Amino acid sequence: MTDQLYPVLESSPHLKGRKSTPQVMYTVVALLMPMCVAGVYFFGTHALVRILLSTAVAMITEFVFLKLRKKDISAIWDGSAVITGILLALTLPPTLPLFEVALGSMVAIAIGKQVFGGIGFNIFNPALVGRAFLQASFPLDMTTWVKPFFFRLDSITTATPLGGLKFSNDLTPLKKVFLGNVGGSIGETSAILILITGVILLLMKMADWRIPVSIFSTVLVFSGILHLIDPQKYADPMFYLFSGSLMLGGFYMATDMVSSPITPLGSVIFGIGIGLMVMIIRIFGGLPEGVMFAILFMNSFVPLLNRYTRPRIFGEVKNE
Amino acid sequence: MGVRFPPPAVLKKKRKTLKTRTFKQGIHPEEFKELSENLAIQEAPLPPKVIIPLRQHIGAPLQPLVAKGDRVKTGQVIARADAFVSAPVHSSVTGMVKSVSNAASPLSASDTCIEIQTEEVEELDFDPAVVVDYQSLSTKQIIDSIRQAGIVGMGGAAFPTAVKFIPPEGVKIQTVVLNGCECEPFLTADHRLMLEAGENIVSGLKIIMKAVAAEKAIIGIETNKPDAIGKLTELCKDEPSIRVRAVKTKYPQGAEKMLIDAVLGIRVPPGKLPLHVGVVVSNVGTAAAVYEAVVKKIPLYKRVVTLSGDALSRPANLMVRIGTPFSFLFEHLGGFSKEVGKILMGGPMMGVAQFNPEVGVTKATSGILVVGKAKPRKEYNCINCAECVHNCPMFLVATKIARYARNDIWDKAEEYGALNCIECGCCSFVCPSNIPLVHWIRVAKNRIIEIKKEVKDKK
Repeated sequence: MTDQLYPVLESSPHLKGRKSTPQVMYTVVALLMPMCVAGVYFFGTHALVRILLSTAVAMITEFVFLKLRKKDISAIWDGSAVITGILLALTLPPTLPLFEVALGSMVAIAIGKQVFGGIGFNIFNPALVGRAFLQASFPLDMTTWVKPFFFRLDSITTATPLGGLKFSNDLTPLKKVFLGNVGGSIGETSAILILITGVILLLMKMADWRIPVSIFSTVLVFSGILHLIDPQKYADPMFYLFSGSLMLGGFYMATDMVSSPITPLGSVIFGIGIGLMVMIIRIFGGLPEGVMFAILFMNSFVPLLNRYTRPRIFGEVKNE
Repeated sequence: MGVRFPPPAVLKKKRKTLKTRTFKQGIHPEEFKELSENLAIQEAPLPPKVIIPLRQHIGAPLQPLVAKGDRVKTGQVIARADAFVSAPVHSSVTGMVKSVSNAASPLSASDTCIEIQTEEVEELDFDPAVVVDYQSLSTKQIIDSIRQAGIVGMGGAAFPTAVKFIPPEGVKIQTVVLNGCECEPFLTADHRLMLEAGENIVSGLKIIMKAVAAEKAIIGIETNKPDAIGKLTELCKDEPSIRVRAVKTKYPQGAEKMLIDAVLGIRVPPGKLPLHVGVVVSNVGTAAAVYEAVVKKIPLYKRVVTLSGDALSRPANLMVRIGTPFSFLFEHLGGFSKEVGKILMGGPMMGVAQFNPEVGVTKATSGILVVGKAKPRKEYNCINCAECVHNCPMFLVATKIARYARNDIWDKAEEYGALNCIECGCCSFVCPSNIPLVHWIRVAKNRIIEIKKEVKDKK
């Protein structure tokens, strides 16, 4: 009986957990769906077309590059390109010309990810690289915001809550900001949706909770102090927390596994750094919003953070 | 108004007893213990032949004392240990030596093994009626008995037990920690032994305490074995120096550094042994063997083995003679229920995959698992998810060490603490990209040690 046995030889462990990389990626995709639906609800087919286009271009670019690099092309199905495509679309103005959407998505995958060696090797969050490229190339289109027009055809330009506050000291009611019926990017206007799905993301352990927690607490503390100093000039901390890209950026962009630290302490420092940069740009910078640059800036510190925040080995004592 | 709350004092006490201790990080794999945890230990039938490997322990190799054609009795020494860190091997059956030659063992493709043809009528080399009062023995006599019985760590590490009980100059052993965690999935051998031979374990523990002159002892048992915790607590109720501690069911709770952290709150420093913090850790199976060796003068020639796995028709906990071929046990248990993927010696987390089902059981074989064919998993690039960092009980950065190992950067791998890895497998278990992290860390460990040796030899 045992003569016909050809058992497999493998290094231990022989038991594996359930999590797999595509599963992690598609869970994030699933959690991004409510924001996509909200974007379509607020901005109609404009939003739908841009989300689909961005995702499709991201996957095509990924395919072309894998082909050129002679890599396994089945990697386009690992879900990471889908996330990049959707995330990029969610951060774009709903009326951005389609050509620019496609270009941004292409840059995101090509320059943001594949030139570094594909999944796992990129230094910066690919979606934000694409967005930064668009911001630099088409500054006007990237800052033209419209009021949510649902499925009507006429769109009225408006300021985002943060832009309104910065340039005309015009404070949008917190309730509106929270629900999302304001001007802004396709998927960033509804803070409550991002908050709910973000908490689910953390509970499912698909992202390191230390990053969003440290970002949000830094922003709250920073803006809280400013608000106490001058409540006329600086808005309620809650306003700073729930407006702009902070929710989406904090939960979904900064926690991008590839471009965030792997050590627990590194994640906390990373989060605090992002929080500080966001507030510095928002308050003292020329732009109303700084989440994108804050995350990209801190991304560049990740290798350094990983190196200097290596956890102390079990039983290791200081100064021995 | 029917609800009455217990007074705060009672509540506090209850919470205290419910609180189980543990270490930081680690994982919760599915247990699969239900397959065999309620099956009493049965004596396995005598196999027609045994293949006894001479290297069943960590340490120096042995000198065979028998040759082809010799007749040996059960319990007779068949290989002598000359070196200090070593343990002799005894015949596990009565019969004729068929060969002393190289053959496959569970740990090596080719190792010196003694094959013995079993005779039906068993003759013992020891007197089963002997009962020694260990209280009258000196420390040295106890340790000599343990050494002569060939006892090694039976949890899987197989370090010669007598050596462990001789602390270096100037080290005082305060505590003996008895390991009844059995944190590996599937394995239930220790669990059954605690239930069925708890008395022997407690006696063995008292002998160990005397041997190392320790004042107190703690028995650590995972909460998934409440019956074993109950049984040993009952047995130790008149022993003020022995305490039974329930520890959290978490892998690798049974790793000695993790267990010491859990029950004593002491962390053994990197590169150091439990000895350095005044602790000796022994497996419950080892304690039972110590009892047999010291009180009854019976050498270690059989042990409890859990046979389990989804591809084995009938799981069991068997008392097996050392050297019994795996295949004999499979046939005894009715063969396989489905296509076999892997045969493992030990648990699924740290066990060693076998290529030859004819190998013999060793002193460290706590389990033999037969698992069905599984779909091969695709390996992806590391996505820096940090799961390996968040679950490593030794707080290592597995992904970095593996990356350095893959790129031959050995100094960096060492700097990141590769040598501290206990190879528990948590990192590979949680890795969503299916990277064989433990494998790469093992490669790094071997290479670092090799390089260190080369440097030393040059000097």
